[in-house]
Amino acid sequence: MDARLSFQADRHPADRGQNSLRAVPEPIVRLTNFTRAFGDNVIISDLDLEIGKGEFVVLLGRSGSGKTTLLRTLAGLDDATGQSVRIPGSRAVVFQDARLLPWKKVWRNVALGLRGLTGLVRDKAERALHEVGLGHRLDAWPLTLSGGEAQRVALARALVREPELLLLDEPFSALDALTRLKMHELTLALWQAHRPAVLMVTHDVDEAIALADRVLVLDQGRIVTQERITAPRGERSDVARGLRQRLLSALGSGAEHASVIPFRQSHEAFA
Amino acid sequence: MALLVLWEIASRSGTIPQRTLAAPSAVLTTMFQMIASGELPGNLAVSALRVISGLAIGVTAGLILALVSGLSRAGEVTVDPLMQIKRTIPTLALTPLFIVWFGIGETPKIALIAFASIFPIYLNLYSGIRAVDVRLIEGARSFGLSRFELIWHVILPGALPSLLVGLRYSLSVAILVLVVAEQINASAGLGYLINNARDFMRTDIIVVCLMVYAVLGLGADWLVRIIEQRALVWRPSNVAS
Ligand SMILES: Nc1ncnc2c1ncn2[C@@H]1O[C@H](COP(=O)(O)OP(=O)(O)OP(=O)(O)O)[C@@H](O)[C@H]1O
Ligand SMILES: [Mg+2]
Repeated sequence: MDARLSFQADRHPADRGQNSLRAVPEPIVRLTNFTRAFGDNVIISDLDLEIGKGEFVVLLGRSGSGKTTLLRTLAGLDDATGQSVRIPGSRAVVFQDARLLPWKKVWRNVALGLRGLTGLVRDKAERALHEVGLGHRLDAWPLTLSGGEAQRVALARALVREPELLLLDEPFSALDALTRLKMHELTLALWQAHRPAVLMVTHDVDEAIALADRVLVLDQGRIVTQERITAPRGERSDVARGLRQRLLSALGSGAEHASVIPFRQSHEAFA
Repeated sequence: MALLVLWEIASRSGTIPQRTLAAPSAVLTTMFQMIASGELPGNLAVSALRVISGLAIGVTAGLILALVSGLSRAGEVTVDPLMQIKRTIPTLALTPLFIVWFGIGETPKIALIAFASIFPIYLNLYSGIRAVDVRLIEGARSFGLSRFELIWHVILPGALPSLLVGLRYSLSVAILVLVVAEQINASAGLGYLINNARDFMRTDIIVVCLMVYAVLGLGADWLVRIIEQRALVWRPSNVAS
């Protein structure tokens, strides 16, 4: 453990165990004591996070726990002045809704914001689209794509920038199970080919286990659990069971139901 | 069609006197005569020129104003309140004032058309710019687009459908105002033809001119439709066809 990490551990003695999990070689993302609030509503408080070069991190958390808020900060979309936030210069985001510009053909969407000669830019965009298996839809209009295809275009658009940090916000949650599995394979293949650091937000514990080097669980504005998975992908069925248990309990599944008013009660009120 | 035949029969039999409404056959004959003599094309050209110049000025001004107030906070604060005040004044109510200011030549007619066609463009483009999906803007921003690139690639194309709606309104308003403006002491143009015909009770000429106004309106609509089909090819309804 190097000096920097032991310094951090000293500041949060209670978290010592977790911080050792956070020992990351060459971090390209580092948030220290990061806090984000909307008015009086504190969403993220005193959060420390490091992501290593080429590391695949998956962020889990209940709806409203602040995952998107954290991702937006890492994307540089929210102002973080006065906070200790270090993010790499080259970043790319894939949003839950693909956010393609409907008035630009698929390849132009991928090429959006790339600088250089039109021919070279088009070549680059085409190569990226071939990589995600959409070489035949280069000149299609985005509104004619299926959800999975649109998401693959968004992936191509992110990767063509060769980002150091790739941010994925629930990119596959709108896809059917089979397409989602294909997208997992594609994501892993692309990640292995290009080696960006990845932070992926998801609700799906199994998705997290299948993809991540490290799984984080965000709750009440803090990272409450971290799990590093060392088993190679594809050979994780042995560890998956225990992991899933631990992650689900960290997610506090069931805790919300106390406040749910059973439907039948309101039904009876009408009778 | 049946209506036309009925109208023809009624005119022939004298049920509808010539001075109330000319028979369709008489209207057609008059139209061919007016075309042959060059009277109709000449006056139509004068009217068309008025609409086109008025529109050119009005649309340009509307575009500029909408861009200024749609794309900058300072512009919004200065331009939008003025435009909202302007909206409450019916253009045609300004006719006397414009005559006092610009005399009775071409200027007040063109000025009225220009003035009237500013607002549909302004209102639609401005709200179109405001309504561009913020998620698209944010998505594009996350790829490091500059402010200019953002406007060019995202905001303007996103506001284009609204602009075209505005253009359609502007065209029809321009033709409406043309009809009224041409009643101002014109010495050429469709309105002049109508005024003359009125004095000689030539209902056939009046009907011909009304038909030409209708054709102008239809033509303008057709033009915008063509532009829409070209500019909005990305819409699924257009892609399919
Ligand atoms: N711009 C904003 N203004 C006010 N409150 C906001 C804003 N953005 C997010 N919030 C609040 O912050 C909280 C966290 O939102 P966030 O979108 O980060 O949740 P999330 O973890 O991504 O949830 P989900 O899984 O449903 O996407 C929510 O309660 C949300 O209402
Ligand atoms: Mg979210």
